[in-house]
Amino acid sequence: MEEPLVRTQNLKKYFPTARGLLHAVDDINISIMRGETLGVVGESGCGKSTLGRLLLRLIEPTSGEVFFDGENILDYGKKSMTEMRKRMQIIFQDPYASLNPRMTVSEIIAEPIKVSGMLKNKDDIIERVFELMGVVGLAERFVNTYPHELDGGRRQRIGIARALALNPDFIVCDEPVSALDVSIQAQILNLMMDLQDERNLTYMFITHNLSVVKHISDNIAVMYLGKCVEYAPTEELFSNPCHPYTKALLEAIPIPNLKYRRQLKVIKGEVTSPVNPKPGCRFEPRCPHAKPACQSPDLAAVEVSPNHFVTCTLYSERGLERGGVAV
Amino acid sequence: METLLDIRNLHVMYKTDDHDIYALNGVNLTLEKGTTLGLVGETGAGKTTTALSIMRLLPDKVGFITSGEIYFEGKNILDLSEAQMREMRGSDISMIFQDPMTSLNPMHTVGTQIGEVIKLHNRDLSKSEIEARVDEMLEMVGIPAERKIEYPHQFSGGMKQRVVIAIALACNPKLLLADEPTTALDVTIQAQVLTMMNELKDNLNTSMILITHDLGVVAQICDSVAIMYAGEIVEKGTVQDIFEGEVHHPYTIGLFGSVPDLTKKTDRLNPIDGLMPDPTELPPGCRFAERCPYRKDICTQTSPALVELGTHQIKCHFPQNAKGDR
Amino acid sequence: MSNIVRSASSGEAAAKMHKFRKKSQAKAVWMRFRKNRMSRLGLVLFLVMLVAVLGADLYLDKEMSIKQNIPERFQKPSPKHLLGTDEFGRDVFARVIYGGRISMFVGVATVCVSLTLGSIIGSVAAYYGGAVDNILMRTMDVFMAIPNTLMAISLVAAFGSSMPNLILAMGISQTPRMSRIVRSSVLSVTSQEYVEAARACGARDARIIFRHILPNAMGPILVQVTQTVARSVITISSLSFIGLGISEPTPEWGSMLSAAKTQLRYYPHLAIAPGVAIVLVVMSLTLVGDGLRDALDPRLKN
Repeated sequence: MEEPLVRTQNLKKYFPTARGLLHAVDDINISIMRGETLGVVGESGCGKSTLGRLLLRLIEPTSGEVFFDGENILDYGKKSMTEMRKRMQIIFQDPYASLNPRMTVSEIIAEPIKVSGMLKNKDDIIERVFELMGVVGLAERFVNTYPHELDGGRRQRIGIARALALNPDFIVCDEPVSALDVSIQAQILNLMMDLQDERNLTYMFITHNLSVVKHISDNIAVMYLGKCVEYAPTEELFSNPCHPYTKALLEAIPIPNLKYRRQLKVIKGEVTSPVNPKPGCRFEPRCPHAKPACQSPDLAAVEVSPNHFVTCTLYSERGLERGGVAV
Repeated sequence: METLLDIRNLHVMYKTDDHDIYALNGVNLTLEKGTTLGLVGETGAGKTTTALSIMRLLPDKVGFITSGEIYFEGKNILDLSEAQMREMRGSDISMIFQDPMTSLNPMHTVGTQIGEVIKLHNRDLSKSEIEARVDEMLEMVGIPAERKIEYPHQFSGGMKQRVVIAIALACNPKLLLADEPTTALDVTIQAQVLTMMNELKDNLNTSMILITHDLGVVAQICDSVAIMYAGEIVEKGTVQDIFEGEVHHPYTIGLFGSVPDLTKKTDRLNPIDGLMPDPTELPPGCRFAERCPYRKDICTQTSPALVELGTHQIKCHFPQNAKGDR
Repeated sequence: MSNIVRSASSGEAAAKMHKFRKKSQAKAVWMRFRKNRMSRLGLVLFLVMLVAVLGADLYLDKEMSIKQNIPERFQKPSPKHLLGTDEFGRDVFARVIYGGRISMFVGVATVCVSLTLGSIIGSVAAYYGGAVDNILMRTMDVFMAIPNTLMAISLVAAFGSSMPNLILAMGISQTPRMSRIVRSSVLSVTSQEYVEAARACGARDARIIFRHILPNAMGPILVQVTQTVARSVITISSLSFIGLGISEPTPEWGSMLSAAKTQLRYYPHLAIAPGVAIVLVVMSLTLVGDGLRDALDPRLKN
């Protein structure tokens, strides 16, 4: 079988806070094949952004492993990590905060090229900048403008051009379209999908927007309070959602179609805080199917159908348990 | 049905040091009693400006209503004095803002904040009557009345938005302006708030203008819809007209094409190319012409008239058949 | 895509680059600064005073400010003595101008000291965080608890009131405030996503600090700098007023005020002149600082 480009093993990140340990990412096992997109969905505070930054080693995990192209990047020294960074990039949610307001468009796009020493000659760098601007659809006249002079969509294109500058293999996209208007959002989504086809890019697409994630992903991981509660191929997840939280999420989306008018299903309560969580399922306090067994600390993921993993007592009881293989 | 609000040919302009921004350019809008109107559009389309004009809360010395009338229950509110207007805000018309975190005062308990509005508009109520009303409002939005002694920071985002809604409804307003009330909330919380708003609508018979960019939210609670673009209403009608009607404004078609459909598989989105025109220099003719795939010569020259199909109105020279059903 | 073939087009790219030349940042800052009428006034006022003070030798005789001339003592303002003379017959105008030299020099020198110390302490604290941050900032808090002037007084009292000691004493007493500002602005910039983006493409610490953090943290620090100059002018005057700063016969606003206080009843202009000078310098600097704060934020529209 082909080796995944990115894989994590029992990845954990706990942040110390005044009230105790915040379990931002708790025992996550995911893998992303080359050229595919893994969508990571969840509500605010579920640890999806932390997970993205862990994969790039922008923050150090508490424990666990991150493999990139078969190698554990957590073993890398500073130098080899810098080398590795050329192959992995990130696109941020807020095109306002992620671009240095004191640098021009060309300086921003050229930065990774200069930093990595990929090109040394000034003219080559300029030429590369223009080429990248063409790739992401930014008009040449913006080359020396400052980000605050541009609108959100164009700014996000700058962010994408910067991420593409070093020809990476893998890009973490942290809510790249959430701050944009719908028509601009669609332009950027199309651009990202085209780029993926042309360059065989691998994406991890972090978002809270299920319609967007359905549109762009091959596989989807649903996160709740630092845990991955369900993992499945996109079609499978939408046609056969198993975890009560996934179901609740899907039923909560207002669909722009009158056939679904007033059919929102509501689950009680709100996301609690992942500080010193109790053992067992973290969705239990809000779950309509909660029972004592949900508080048992050794909940394992169950493969309900090929490559579809659920971590829920509803499924482990049915004798489907095969051990925590991939989730 | 009785008309509650009638906006006629409203023009609003923002004057800054360097630019004149044409925010609203001839908006016509009516709202029937007891119905909910969805005002849909992208950033800068003029949705919030419309709401602020109705409240007469345009930023001082910057925003100006240059012409037009706003009739509320038959009175032109643009003729009212500031004192009369203040009397109306909060009691007859109230507004909910997008961010619940900033619209509550962190220094006062939520009970005090709800009570304050009630007291302000009902001077003759006794203390205990006000307290009873506060309890009633909180229970109505699904918060136990005993939590009224808590401060905003003790509530989560969704709860705060409920409190904001309770404040807005405290004086039984005839008209509620809700500016993106659920945009800052997570989906499961949004569903809770939307469901609650639907229930309130059924029980209180309040009229509402719901400002949003999310067509899904519109489909959930609105009775009629107006689509805004560059300070104009380009299409309006009942929800059925907009969601199931056969012909549409090309912008509406583009808006629907930009949203990935959860109910079926789409390979590529059909977004609208380009950007909204610069509101300091609006093009002559149809404002959407530059981005419109169906553009003809006339579009860039003359502003289109309204095409009326019963309740459905489209401001376009060539309304298009939408492909497939939505 | 990855292999750039060098071709004639690279010249073309450079030409295009030239065609869409960037606007100078300094010019943009100046354009925004100009918008603010009050800060423009402050800047003009300050520049006029600066020129008057620096070019004093061109139109004044320094002797007039120092040399006693008893026969002409206590004169009213006249064309010969614009602001009259003091109890020793020295020209008050000349004394105000030459006194300004000292005040402004001390102000600027103090800022240099406190900015250097404050930047080091503040950025180290912000950068390393944790225990280092705690120790440094708590120490600064202790210093903050002592009033500026009091601290300067005790330092001067301990080491003697020479000019370098004065500057050092005042610089040190301003350091806690400066290091707090530096720390907080560095901290707020460090958590920005563009810093993370730079880290993600493998940029080294030095590049991140000099290219991304410092330029964006500069705004509040510069504002603090103008305010520190203003504050130092007041402090040096206060020190001189109580006899710990610059001593006679060297002209200094504080010591002039001190000398004038006994004559206040009959010759109030002796006190008014240095007093107004202090007010003007402090006010103009404050106005400039206000304007700078707004002008330095590139996100504010022109």
